[in-house]
Amino acid sequence: MSEAAKQPSFLHKYLAFFHIRFSAGLQYRAAALAGIATQFFWGFMETLLYNAFWRGDPSAFPMGLQATVNYIWFRQAMLSMFNSWHFDSSIFSAITGGSISMELIRPCDLYAMWLTKSCASRLSRVVLRCMPILVIASFLPAGYGMRFPEGCETAGDVVFALAVTLISLIGSLLVVSSIEMFVYISTFYTLNHAGVRMVYGMVAGFLGGELVPLPFLPDGFYDVLQYLPFAAVQSAPCLIWGGTLAGMDALRTVGLQFIWAAVLIVTGRMWLNRSLKRVVVQGG
Amino acid sequence: MIRLSHIKKSFRVSRRAGGIKNAVGSFFRRQYDTVEALADISFEIGDGEMVGYIGPNGAGKSSTVKVMSGILTPDSGECVINGRVPWKQRKEHVSELGVVFGQRSALWWDVPVADSFELLQAIYSVDPIEYRRNLDRLTEMLDLSQLLQTPTRQLSLGQRMRCEIAAALIHSPKILFLDEPTIGLDAVSKIAVRDFVADLNRERGTTVILTTHDMQDIEALTKRIILIGRGRILLDGQLSDLRHRFEGRRRLTAEFTGSADLTALPEGASLLTLDGREGLSAVSDGSHRAVFAIDGSPSALISLLSGKTELTDIAVESTSIDEIVVNMYREYGV
Amino acid sequence: MKKISNLTVYRKFLSIHLRSLMQYKASFIMTLLGQFSGAFSAFLTIYFLLRRFGTVEGYTYQEVLLCFASIYMAFSLAETFARGLDRFPAVIGNGEFDRILVRPRNEIFQVIASKTELTRLGRLLQAIVTFCYAIPASGIDFTPDKILCLVLMVVCGALVFVGVFVIFAFICFFTLEGLEFMNILTDGVREHGSYPFDIYGKEIMTVMTFVVPYTLVQVYPLHYLIGRTDSLLNLFAPLLALVFLIPCALLWKLGVRHYKSTGS
Repeated sequence: MSEAAKQPSFLHKYLAFFHIRFSAGLQYRAAALAGIATQFFWGFMETLLYNAFWRGDPSAFPMGLQATVNYIWFRQAMLSMFNSWHFDSSIFSAITGGSISMELIRPCDLYAMWLTKSCASRLSRVVLRCMPILVIASFLPAGYGMRFPEGCETAGDVVFALAVTLISLIGSLLVVSSIEMFVYISTFYTLNHAGVRMVYGMVAGFLGGELVPLPFLPDGFYDVLQYLPFAAVQSAPCLIWGGTLAGMDALRTVGLQFIWAAVLIVTGRMWLNRSLKRVVVQGG
Repeated sequence: MIRLSHIKKSFRVSRRAGGIKNAVGSFFRRQYDTVEALADISFEIGDGEMVGYIGPNGAGKSSTVKVMSGILTPDSGECVINGRVPWKQRKEHVSELGVVFGQRSALWWDVPVADSFELLQAIYSVDPIEYRRNLDRLTEMLDLSQLLQTPTRQLSLGQRMRCEIAAALIHSPKILFLDEPTIGLDAVSKIAVRDFVADLNRERGTTVILTTHDMQDIEALTKRIILIGRGRILLDGQLSDLRHRFEGRRRLTAEFTGSADLTALPEGASLLTLDGREGLSAVSDGSHRAVFAIDGSPSALISLLSGKTELTDIAVESTSIDEIVVNMYREYGV
Repeated sequence: MKKISNLTVYRKFLSIHLRSLMQYKASFIMTLLGQFSGAFSAFLTIYFLLRRFGTVEGYTYQEVLLCFASIYMAFSLAETFARGLDRFPAVIGNGEFDRILVRPRNEIFQVIASKTELTRLGRLLQAIVTFCYAIPASGIDFTPDKILCLVLMVVCGALVFVGVFVIFAFICFFTLEGLEFMNILTDGVREHGSYPFDIYGKEIMTVMTFVVPYTLVQVYPLHYLIGRTDSLLNLFAPLLALVFLIPCALLWKLGVRHYKSTGS
């Protein structure tokens, strides 16, 4: 088969996976509405909390109030894409239950298939949920609602920030999904995934800025943590959309996200293939 | 004493059509269909009776049982069980009631059966001495001694059903509802369950109401059956009466020696085969076998045969209860 | 026939739950740790923010921790012992409620007794640890009235959460879809109620007083506890919050009646 003939069918295959996952994720309308309400409430309470801190001591803020508020709303809107607690239980059971051999029969790369699944389900959940939150948050009064990134003065600045944020979101999706792969693959070795998930949740929560935006950690932490893959998930796009990271800083951050994505995908794929060999040898 | 008179119950079921447009529409203005689950149900069941409550799926069997259990409040009509209205005096009523839902367990999944029984003793406030006595008797009759220390989840279906029945009887209820008690059981367990229920009814005088699809259950256990279809009682009578009304022609097989001419037969009887052949009506000396079809009583035919030949064996096959029920369903159009 | 008390029955239920648990020790410990780690993350958040800012609306780090620990303890107690209400969608969905109705005990008692989620004690553990630090560090002189105050905050707080669970169960009688929004009044309050509600402004105070009386088990008694006021009204505010249980009980009755008239 020539390379040219192979290409479209290859893409087509993963697009089909993507499509199935994506439409499955769109089904749960009532759950999505309830999720939006919950995420909105969370964001609202957080902005009120940071406002309370701001009233106490603005000078202790590592970034502007508007940047903080933007961070919070943007994270809440995109939460179902960033979160570190959503997993595909069918992948876990494929590994622990042994139906993995069924998956291996399919004529496609298992790693690519799982990664596609993960990206699609994250994207489908976020597509429904992000818009209502972003829209409502934009109409809230200043200091509480979302605005264009701090420091944007011209339409050109806004377009630039928007474009960089979008690209950064793609980077986030790839990084978070490829980290998710590592959790799946570790199941080959532990068989009980609850522990790994728990540790991952803790680590991602702390190092990824789920607890507090990374700049709010004690001084010096952010200088180091910004280079880790966990910061490439929610911290990067949220700080860019807040205006904390602008211009060259923003571009550098996005670049780093894609480097991490590439590194994680390549190593994850290698690890999966090695683990599969182990299973095949053991399982006979 | 159970008395239901003119019980009616209808449900509103929201109508759903496919498509996003319809889904959005139904969000604002739902359309309902009214389904009459119980149209007009009346019957009486005396103390110590054993009754088979049968009917096709969706006929209203489980709604009736729910009304009698106090789970469902009817729209109108009266239901008095041992002097109480089930849905008004729920607690007093259910303390004299045992229920076995064939598909759902009353036992706690992860602990030994004995622990479940003990919890039930507390829930029903069973006197400890009575509890001991009941448990011993149930253990013996249902052969539970090997099972009591086993967690429920490790029991086979047949073992579990025996335990479920015991669980429903720990508090010596006066009335027992059995909903599909033999569904999914192997033949041995089925017979064990049936024998036990028969003994219980005979010895303790427990009123038993049995809903089932298994006609052998009915045949083995009940004299009286109540047939329900489309929310109405179609038939309420003795099993033997029903046989007479609904069974079709029966087959009578006779074996005899000697010669015989079987051209003239009593009314309602006809010869199907003689020595395995159709169209033959007379045979000479030797052993023979004749198969007849009869309507009604076989006695006239039997006396004719015994007068003309030396009968060696005779057998009357009755129509199976399955066929009777199919006939009844057909007649009532359910 | 002498009636066996609900308390005895509850003890027997509890013993069954404990013995069931022993069958799954490893997964129990894992879940317990997971709960603890979640609560620990919440603690870390407070630690980082208060470390940076010192105070919030005049509340010190230790005072916020007292608030955090009391609401966490109240929530984890409610969740541990009233988990049956929390999993009510399943109780309705699998027909277990029919089973409950054919037993001669109070319905809500049976629902509550039907499940004890001891893994939720992981959060309780975090609350206890936090109290161990915050009580001595707060500099409060723990006289009997202050101890009473703290006990009322936790106990009545737990009962208010149970009331919210009852409302959740009430909704389950009508629909099983979109129930996640109730998280706002349970998990949402647990997380954001770690800070006294008055830091969020008047509107939130109003909602958290009149929609669900959370402030009566949180801000008001807390002010008494940390010495911002001497008013006995603040001390006994948690008892007032229990009035909330009356509408909850009525709603529950309404729900059961609805269930009995539809049979599902």
